[in-house]
Amino acid sequence: MTSAGPVNPLDSAAFQNYFRDGAYDEMFDARGSVRRHYVPLTENFLSLSQDELRRRKHSADLAFLNQGITFTVYGREEGTERIFPHDLLPRIITHAEWSHIEAGLTQRITALNLFLHDIYHEGRILSEGIVPREIVFSCKHFRRQMRGLQVPRNVYVAVVGTDLIRLENGEFVVLEDNLRVPSGVSYMLTSRNVMKRIFPQLFQHCSVRSIEHYSQSLLATLRSLAPEGRPEPTIVLLTPGVFNSAYFEHTYLARQMGIELVEGRDLLTHDDVVYMRTTTGLRRVDVIYRRIDDDFVDPLAYRADSTLGVAGLFNAYRAGNVTLANALGTGVADDKALYAYVPHIIKYYLGEDALLNNVETYLLTDPVHRQHALANLDKLVVKAVGESGGYGMLIGPQSTAQQREDFRRRIEADPRNYIAQPTLNFSRAPCLIDDGFEPRHVDLRPYVLFGDKVTIVPGGLTRVALRRGSLVVNSSQGGGSKDTWVLNT
Amino acid sequence: MLSRVADSLYWMSRYLERAEHTARLIDINLNLMLDESSFSTGRRWHRVLAALGNPAGVEFTGDPYALTQVMTFDAAHHSSIISSIIAARENARQVREQISSEQWQQLNRLYHEVTRSSGDDLSDAQPSDFLQAVISGAQLFQGVTDSTMNHGEGWQFIQIGRYIERAVSSVRLLNVYIEEFWAHPERAMEGTEYLEWIGLLRCTAAFEAYCRVYTNDVAPERILEFLLLNGENPHAVRHAIDCLQQALEAVHGEGGKRRAGSLMRLSGRLQASLQFGHIGEIVEAGVRPYLFDILKQCQEIHQALYQLYINYSIESALAG
Repeated sequence: MTSAGPVNPLDSAAFQNYFRDGAYDEMFDARGSVRRHYVPLTENFLSLSQDELRRRKHSADLAFLNQGITFTVYGREEGTERIFPHDLLPRIITHAEWSHIEAGLTQRITALNLFLHDIYHEGRILSEGIVPREIVFSCKHFRRQMRGLQVPRNVYVAVVGTDLIRLENGEFVVLEDNLRVPSGVSYMLTSRNVMKRIFPQLFQHCSVRSIEHYSQSLLATLRSLAPEGRPEPTIVLLTPGVFNSAYFEHTYLARQMGIELVEGRDLLTHDDVVYMRTTTGLRRVDVIYRRIDDDFVDPLAYRADSTLGVAGLFNAYRAGNVTLANALGTGVADDKALYAYVPHIIKYYLGEDALLNNVETYLLTDPVHRQHALANLDKLVVKAVGESGGYGMLIGPQSTAQQREDFRRRIEADPRNYIAQPTLNFSRAPCLIDDGFEPRHVDLRPYVLFGDKVTIVPGGLTRVALRRGSLVVNSSQGGGSKDTWVLNT
Repeated sequence: MLSRVADSLYWMSRYLERAEHTARLIDINLNLMLDESSFSTGRRWHRVLAALGNPAGVEFTGDPYALTQVMTFDAAHHSSIISSIIAARENARQVREQISSEQWQQLNRLYHEVTRSSGDDLSDAQPSDFLQAVISGAQLFQGVTDSTMNHGEGWQFIQIGRYIERAVSSVRLLNVYIEEFWAHPERAMEGTEYLEWIGLLRCTAAFEAYCRVYTNDVAPERILEFLLLNGENPHAVRHAIDCLQQALEAVHGEGGKRRAGSLMRLSGRLQASLQFGHIGEIVEAGVRPYLFDILKQCQEIHQALYQLYINYSIESALAG
């Protein structure tokens, strides 16, 4: 590593296309000098020749390709399996920033679990009018079958991937809680492995915290949720099958944890006990880490046309003979309309103010909010409450009049189904684009595990909107990822 | 191991073996056809179709190349080479994480090669080149399987699928030849008939091996013995059943306490009948009934295998 001295990278040729405006820049401070925690990384990258950089980029891409790290894009005939685009420059989070995020996420997941237990039992928070009943009961992810059902340790949400963004003032806020079947953790783990292989020296210099233990922690979390009296539980991962967009991740996690990857047709129930069909006979299953949606879990209890699920699974679940992680009906707590109430939920159950704030949200069922939103569609982002993956979204400033008209009609027809938020100028981080560095918008999805204790591996998936000017980071919409480094000091 | 996984591995392997066999059969017969009159050509291709189990919807209309085209590239026909390879790959895809990356790559390569060529017109091109590529692609897969995959339960199911398919297709092929040429075993070999018996050996990739054992002295009874009862010829029925039995025993060993009684009895009986059978006695009692019986036993073994490991009823499994 050379000593770069006082030379500002912004003056170098590699940064000639770099720009800064109001958005928080992860690498440069307001005066345009490199933030301290980015200095070693910047120096290292600037010391590499363009050829060397290209060579490393190439070997990273190759590593992803060879490991088959792909995802599936829906709605396209051919080439449905794609390599996950990956940017070489890691995104760095300081120790202090991470401590705050960690505390905030722990608080949030604890409160949301209490909330789920409450609404599926006494419903105190509803009787006291903190959260309006209609928001809960009109949510399509509310499962009345879960009323009064006891889940192990009262843990409804065992695995969470919370989407955070950083505002112009540098503050991390929560954009979305993913409480159903969050995905993407395999990209976090594999991209770290690839980075270690390509930049071994950097890791030594920068003192990056390890995320290696995620799979063990996940397994321990699932184990801690086993039904009582099953000290050596059999744990399986239930996948919808090879056509699912996250199939790679399912195989990856199953292999890392050393558990069986099963499909619905591998499981059956008898006398309210779940078994899997193996060549050596039926084997009892105690914990199912399910990666299929509530609707498809059991054709007898939910959608009758589901071929992905297991008939009778819900009864076995109700009888307490098998644990599902996450529990059924957790989607009610990540409904985008309920999201607006999460700070109140935290206050109600924990008596604390939320450590991580929400993004300002307009509930379109409220006539005042709705009027304001409809008048300002060109400035707002509108989201369907039950959707994810960047589908069903209107980004006001980048939309056409036709699209806005379309959304206006949809909102007026079904206001409960939409929320509006200001278009956020969230933070950017430098990315390697062609042969130079340019800033792109990034978010952060840390993964939280909740079993007998809360575990958050330091880091997460940093998603990048790789298209210039784009605000959508979802992989299905042209997003990519970055390795995320949390520093030790 | 999950029953579904065993099922997929078994069929992946069967379909590949089937593709290889079909490719070899067509390739050899396209070659043999060059030495004969158009009258016997018709009978030849009817024979080929019979050896493949008379696939539904496929007819010989007088043009061997048209038939080759259908049996090679027509994905609408279940028994075509391309269908077999697609089916093998689909099965492999379902258990992608259970097989080695090398296996997957090899199968994928074969698949892409076949689908890429599927637009070609075979009568212009060299069908033989293509068919040879299929054969060596399938053989390469077997080699990669043996050298990159754990020889555990999954590998054993691959062996089971491969050898049961091989036994069945060898018996079918023998049956067709016996039906047509066995009528006069005492008659001296001459002209075309001599060619046909050699053709049979070549269709099972056993001509050179035969010569090494018996010299190039072509006698139907010896050929029958070589293809049916020889324990060393990898395409002989007995060899296939020996390997099948070995794999079944290995799987049974893994299963521990589960009772494999009826399956082991069926396969053991078939193995014994081939091991201790005598060609003179078989000929005396009638070759075709003997062959039919083997086919039936293979079918029973398949069913017993499914009942024991894959499609068992819940009641029987819970009972013990």
